Amino acid sequence: MDWTTILLLLDSTLRTASPLLLACLAGLFSERAGIFDIGLEGKMLVSAFLAAGFAYATGSAWLGLLVGIAGALLLSAVHGLASITFRGNQLISGVAINFLAAGLTVVIAERWFRQGGRTPQLDSGSRFTEITLPLAETIRPVPVLGPIYAQVVSGHTILVYAALLAVPLSWWVLFRTRFGLRLRAVGENPAAVDTAGVSVARLRYAAVAIAGLLCGIAGAQLSTAEPAAGFVRDMTAGRGYIALAALIFAKWRPWAALWACLLFGFFQALEARPDIFVRLFDLRVPSALLSALPYVLTVIILAGFVGRAIPPRAGGQPYVKER
Amino acid sequence: MTKLSTFLGAAASVALMAGAALAEGPAVIFDLGGKFDKSFNESAYNGAQRWAEETGQSYAEFELTAEAQREQAIRRFAEQGYSPIIMVGFMSATPLSQIAPEYPETKFVIVDAVVDAPNVRSVVFNEHEGSYLVGMLAAMASESGTVGFIGGMDIPLIRKFACGYAQGVKAVNPDATIIANFTGTTPAAWNDPARGSELTLAQIGQGADVVYAAAGGTGVGVLQTAADNDILSIGVDSNQNYLHPGEVLTSMVKRVDNAVYEAMAAGADVETGVVVMGVANDGVGYALDEHNASLITEEMKAAVDAAAAQIASGELVVHDYMTDETCPALTF
Repeated sequence: MDWTTILLLLDSTLRTASPLLLACLAGLFSERAGIFDIGLEGKMLVSAFLAAGFAYATGSAWLGLLVGIAGALLLSAVHGLASITFRGNQLISGVAINFLAAGLTVVIAERWFRQGGRTPQLDSGSRFTEITLPLAETIRPVPVLGPIYAQVVSGHTILVYAALLAVPLSWWVLFRTRFGLRLRAVGENPAAVDTAGVSVARLRYAAVAIAGLLCGIAGAQLSTAEPAAGFVRDMTAGRGYIALAALIFAKWRPWAALWACLLFGFFQALEARPDIFVRLFDLRVPSALLSALPYVLTVIILAGFVGRAIPPRAGGQPYVKER
Repeated sequence: MTKLSTFLGAAASVALMAGAALAEGPAVIFDLGGKFDKSFNESAYNGAQRWAEETGQSYAEFELTAEAQREQAIRRFAEQGYSPIIMVGFMSATPLSQIAPEYPETKFVIVDAVVDAPNVRSVVFNEHEGSYLVGMLAAMASESGTVGFIGGMDIPLIRKFACGYAQGVKAVNPDATIIANFTGTTPAAWNDPARGSELTLAQIGQGADVVYAAAGGTGVGVLQTAADNDILSIGVDSNQNYLHPGEVLTSMVKRVDNAVYEAMAAGADVETGVVVMGVANDGVGYALDEHNASLITEEMKAAVDAAAAQIASGELVVHDYMTDETCPALTF
């Protein structure tokens, strides 16, 4: 396998992994606070549609991103209302959000644009374009590191870098701030937090809102960040569920989430290059096998073969204040 | 009380309409995706509109929005007395094979699938022939000698496209490399433009400079990424040349509009049985219009038209993947 191929693979890995990573961190915040979130998929989808629709209408990808985030936050609020305030079943609420998003986006898109549930294609002015990091061309001649920096690290849209930055930020918020400590406590033992005089509901709403924000960015990336240029029905194509698998794989930890998403992204990048296996091992690997790998790995982790994945203890249970 | 009487009145008029069963003329059922999908369904819609404008008559229509409506929609039109009832999409084959014998007086037309019943006209397309022609164009336009194919869901029908395409490429340039990728193995593969973009970039990385997308909504991402990276792409089903003028080499068109138009024009006396639309009867072909005129040279056009004539006369036979699930020009 030659050097260029490796660089291309890593480049594709980073691009594929970043929406997964954002969604995975969204799930992390929500589940760490004790709210299961199956609705990552739906939130991303709504954001993808609104971001593309408004980017097209206003000509600004940034406005699109804002509206996309607003849409995802709205769905988060619905999920919060159902599962925190009304103490409904979190899984059912999440599934409902996914169905709602799948239907609503197509119906509204059809009403607005009359293109069979799509948005028109965006021109390069109204989407996030790839940016070249400073010194990329100067460093390129440096052996090994130069091409890696110039080709893999540089040349992504700002949303990819936002996804990467979200990892240390999430770690810092969750493990180095008072808010983070309380948020984690609310997912483990809400009664203790309540006894300390801190509102469980408010903390959980905050966690769900952060999840909405991150899903909003992820969705906007799918539809408005190069190479994407528009919304197509159901375009999230299961990424919300892969993100949940990655979350379990990462055992609900931010840095591990990064590695899990990069690994899953790498598998997907590899899936596009069956020729590599043919050249290296003279072997035809069915692409379905590679796309199933993330799930297989998750099952292995869940079964307890590679350490144990223990979810937050109060996850999925609505908090009822004792009287 | 007023509300109740309005409701009763409405119910009564519905019952009257249903009881009358005097509805005449054709009905069209568009598949999931809707009649403005820029592709398959829109092509059917254009055919129906052409008939309506030419004859001044009208037709009934229904757009499926959920899988569950399929059987209901067919049955309702049959109940109301429409004939022929035209439906596009292979997914309707199963419900139609159950319903057709129940309404022996009604004629049904299904596009893209075969239903074996005496009152059904099944229209199928020789996609491999059309793909062969665009494959020739791809090989002639390619400078690198490497061309790509991106399919949607990995099903025999899409492999049929890939196989025809590969044969066309090899016919022009026996040394050409053909990279074939499929988006996935679930229906989600039809609507994943981000994945389409990644696959296109991966093929560009392997040197491809023409990419043929037979992937539904995923193809939007393929065409877009090809245009962004200044390589050529090939659209599918309906003419997609206009999506990126000057950067889409051509489109493999399936004349679903002709199939619908012909069925409507024949009316209730439409001939039943299997109808194969191929290069010979203009059922499939390549698109040439003002958007790609600069990309197709005279020699390319002459070569492709010659091959089309040979296919039409039976002199040249393009292998159909679906007959034996093998492809002479491409290994999957």
